[in-house]
Amino acid sequence: MIAIIDYGMGNLRSVEKAFEFLGFEARIVDRPDQAEAATHLVLPGDAAFGDAMRNLRQAGWEEAIHQSIERGKPFLGICVGLQLMFSASEELGTHQGLGLLSGRCRRFPATERVPQIGWNQISIKQDVDLFDGVPDESFFYFVHSYYVAADETNDCLATTDYGLEYTSIAGRQHVFGVQFHPEKSQDIGLQLLKNFAAIN
Amino acid sequence: MLAKRIIPCLDVKNGRNVRGVKFSADKDAGDPIELATRYDRERADELVFYDITASADGRAIVMDLVQQVSEQIFIPLTVGGGIRTFDDVRQILKGGADKVSINSAAVHTPEIINQSAKSFGSQCIVGAVDVLRRQVPAGEQPAWEIYINGGRKATGIDALAWVDELVQRGVGELVLNSIDADGTRDGYDLELNRAVADRVEVPIVASGGCGSDEHIYQVLTEGRASAALAASIFHYGDYSIPQVKDYLEKKGVVVRQ
Repeated sequence: MIAIIDYGMGNLRSVEKAFEFLGFEARIVDRPDQAEAATHLVLPGDAAFGDAMRNLRQAGWEEAIHQSIERGKPFLGICVGLQLMFSASEELGTHQGLGLLSGRCRRFPATERVPQIGWNQISIKQDVDLFDGVPDESFFYFVHSYYVAADETNDCLATTDYGLEYTSIAGRQHVFGVQFHPEKSQDIGLQLLKNFAAIN
Repeated sequence: MLAKRIIPCLDVKNGRNVRGVKFSADKDAGDPIELATRYDRERADELVFYDITASADGRAIVMDLVQQVSEQIFIPLTVGGGIRTFDDVRQILKGGADKVSINSAAVHTPEIINQSAKSFGSQCIVGAVDVLRRQVPAGEQPAWEIYINGGRKATGIDALAWVDELVQRGVGELVLNSIDADGTRDGYDLELNRAVADRVEVPIVASGGCGSDEHIYQVLTEGRASAALAASIFHYGDYSIPQVKDYLEKKGVVVRQ
């Protein structure tokens, strides 16, 4: 079972139904104990970084996520879920993140329209299973005002160009994060979710 | 590169898709689910459902459509029309829409924008405006006025000042619908799109007046819009979405094929 973490932020049903469409069992869970039996953990998110992190902590998810990753469960952060995986964010003040990966979230430069809304391409930097059947330069649907600046080059799996080249897919071992919405990115997004669900 | 978006808009009335001509005449243009499925296959970048009945019954019908469509189609869905309260916004998002387009309600109760953006994030709150050109003496800057209630009621509000306020209150995107151009198929109001794009940071979606691929090209380049919304040219099969995207790509516009 794929557990989708509900911490009061964002449209979770669209993530759930994308997994269901692919034939996987997925469940929206709002308490860490409900995710105990899960094989995979997904952290979606559409909210401001600070509010999201506060809600995660209050519900006991911060510790539960760390434990689940230590136990080897594949993890996927989506949109703000990716940003929360990093050390900190500069969105509306400075906020500490989960610190699964090292880096900070910054606002896009003023030369671009913010938020970035729409379909942009990824440039694949590392050959990992998550990219099976996902060609380089594929388009995904993005909506965000902040991007992650990863400290470790090794944690950057793919980049996207929007005023600057930034990390749009991050990962290390069985921990992944995508800045775009795979559940809103038609066939190619579903392929990526399928690849994640196939990791064990 | 970020692609320019092509967005078919389905005006839904009593569960059928209708085409609007200058906000009035209705003509049946098909089953919305059939159309949505077709646009998904053709790789539309997003879909907009606009509920023009805007009654409680109408809302239920649109939400039912969104639910059915979103089980099968994995592109962003926006719902607009008849939103009055914060609770309407919440229900629409909960029902499976990715964005809510707020128009007249923002004029009546501007706080609805702040409250919705704060609760759900700016990314899902779209500020939609219906504007009519003002008569200005020759040589003066063009001006537009905000209309509400489906383009029927003048407000006296200057459109450029109003879009500034919408952005400041937290909308993540703006849809500019020209009443002058709507349904004419004579082309988008390029000056309007350019004037707004020059003063706000958020993406602009052009609406009203599309009659050809050339019009879409114009508004995405000269008009500086990030996306083009169109209805009848797609609904009646004058153009397919791939046809428009091929045309744009040949002219150097980045699109997702």
